[in-house]
Amino acid sequence: MELILSLGIGILVASGTWLVMRPRSFQVIVGLCLLSYGVNLFIFSMGRLRTAAAPILPKSGEIDPTAFTDPIPQALVLTAIVISFATTALFLVVLLASRGFTGTDHVDGKERQ
Amino acid sequence: MNGIEALMPGGALTPQHMMIAPILIPLIAAAIMLFYEDRQRKAKTAISVIASVVMLLVALDLLNRSKGSGPSGGNEIGLYLLGDWPTPFGINLVLDRLSALMLVLASILSIPSLIYASAAWQGRGQHFHSLFMFMMMGVNGAFLTGDLFNLFVFFEIMLAASYGLMLHGSGAARVRSGMHYIAINLMASLFFLIGVATIYGVVGTLNMADLAQRMPYIASSDRPLVHAGLAILGLAFLVKAGMWPLCFWLPPTYQAASAPVAAMFAILTKVGVYIILRLTFLTFAPGTGPSAGFGAGVLIAGGMATLAYGTVGILGSQAMSRMTGFSVLISSGTLLTVVGLAMGGGGVAMLAGALYYMIGSTIAISGLFLLVELVERGQGSVAAMLALTSDLYGGPDDDPEEPEGSGFVIPGIMTILGVCFAALAVLLAGMPPLSGFLGKVMILSGMLQGTGSGPVEWGFMALLILSGLATLVALVRVGIQTFWAAADDVAPKVKATEIAPIAALILSAVLLTWQARPAMRYMEATAAALHEPTVYINGVIMAERTVERQEQAETAPEPPPEPERERLGPPAPPMGAPAGEVQQ
Repeated sequence: MELILSLGIGILVASGTWLVMRPRSFQVIVGLCLLSYGVNLFIFSMGRLRTAAAPILPKSGEIDPTAFTDPIPQALVLTAIVISFATTALFLVVLLASRGFTGTDHVDGKERQ
Repeated sequence: MNGIEALMPGGALTPQHMMIAPILIPLIAAAIMLFYEDRQRKAKTAISVIASVVMLLVALDLLNRSKGSGPSGGNEIGLYLLGDWPTPFGINLVLDRLSALMLVLASILSIPSLIYASAAWQGRGQHFHSLFMFMMMGVNGAFLTGDLFNLFVFFEIMLAASYGLMLHGSGAARVRSGMHYIAINLMASLFFLIGVATIYGVVGTLNMADLAQRMPYIASSDRPLVHAGLAILGLAFLVKAGMWPLCFWLPPTYQAASAPVAAMFAILTKVGVYIILRLTFLTFAPGTGPSAGFGAGVLIAGGMATLAYGTVGILGSQAMSRMTGFSVLISSGTLLTVVGLAMGGGGVAMLAGALYYMIGSTIAISGLFLLVELVERGQGSVAAMLALTSDLYGGPDDDPEEPEGSGFVIPGIMTILGVCFAALAVLLAGMPPLSGFLGKVMILSGMLQGTGSGPVEWGFMALLILSGLATLVALVRVGIQTFWAAADDVAPKVKATEIAPIAALILSAVLLTWQARPAMRYMEATAAALHEPTVYINGVIMAERTVERQEQAETAPEPPPEPERERLGPPAPPMGAPAGEVQQ
């Protein structure tokens, strides 16, 4: 499981990094999306990988911490997803505005001569 | 019982809500203004200026409270537990001398920017005042929070609002620079998240004080991972602070932003510097175990490279706004180098000088951004030349317009603008008699007393003096072109509400120079407190919840003895039972 997850994060981050360095603004935004997916998975994995363990504790009774998984990274990843989703949406608007102003989708607003 | 609350007779049983006011005031003001139509600008201006003034008063009150005396070394740690959760689990706000100082600086900058914007800029786009207040909320929150992930949230609030403000006024140049600005900040935020997640995964805490407490006891096999996490985290703030080579976005962005926005953006780089200062001195403070001094070399080298880049850049700029952008880099470079040198044991006096320099230079940069727009408005021959160069360098291509509407127009404006410009140039170049000079002298003398004089110190001294000279040369050159130009240029029409904020900023810098002794005493105590992270750590870790205090007060009429708590002892194993601890 660890190997598959780390391979997945690695592929997402590698393709995201490559796309972010491309000259087209659409490639940049797709790259940023992929990067944020990779980072979100990374945050999630920092709570250690467990199968069949709930993050929510019962209200009463004896609690055995080893039977549960760490809930904090799951809360963090939710926040991170919301924030990166919102900022990516904003970036999309700016990208379209830039396309409207300059007539090109190059990140510098003009094609290389 | 510790901190501010312990000092308050009768206030011990309820939390001191004043600490959260710098976050709530701008939040409420921004939310209220969303209900107003955008045309009701007078009401919006009134609301946001009142909110800023209240924020300044609160910040001054908090500054006064953070000045303690006695065993804590004159640094009272104020703590506000959100939701009254016990310390390492809940989010907390921490007030100490440094954060109080930054709060004051932020609100000092906000009032002139808002008044300046009320003359013309607020009408060039939607929701200027709400965005401005949301940004203030993020800035104040970043200064106050004591939790790494909460810091991320406030950082994102600040950035999201700053994206909107950056694009305020629209136009091709702004949208293009705004796109670069958003892209690089999104990348920096991802680095931030990777850093925070790594630290949590290894150390098992997000609380800064708890992290600092656990730092000396981390197993040596885990230590490189924690270092990597903190370094990746630091990268995000170095992008914000504008350290070379992470700073190429900064001058074009600040140049393209509208004047009041750029003036307020001067605080954003200082947010980066503040967090670097806070985290390095909590986790890598000199003399705190095997991690002490980590990253000092990077900060020194990067800071000096930033200084050199800013120096070359300011000499190579044609437009005044671009020069101001590079002077932001010079200010950041100086501060980062000093933080690095102080990490390596540079001493309290140098860091105190740097804090004093930071206040003065931030105020001057903010004032210069406001002034530049007035000067460039209505320039004839020079404007034509600037239009040519700004095309080359990617400046904003829309001409600054005359303010619409009526208002008192100042006569003899070029003289007033010239005097203000001269004062700001003297401040930025570090010439006597204003505070820029005092700050630089105190940095250099403190450095020579503290670390002695190696090649690094001499190099930094040479760079600092050279950067001042370059600033002076560049600003004098552009000043001659502007103010001694032929008389056929029409003097710009400037309203009183546009020149008054600049005068107020200069006045506050003069006040800082005039009251240099009490200001320096405050800075020295702040720098000394930074060198004593145990005061901060104990202030946070040993604080009691309000519920506990109330229970104690009910059971025992006289104050009970303070419960013995672990002081900087080896912490519980971080992983193992992270979830169970909360419930028990």
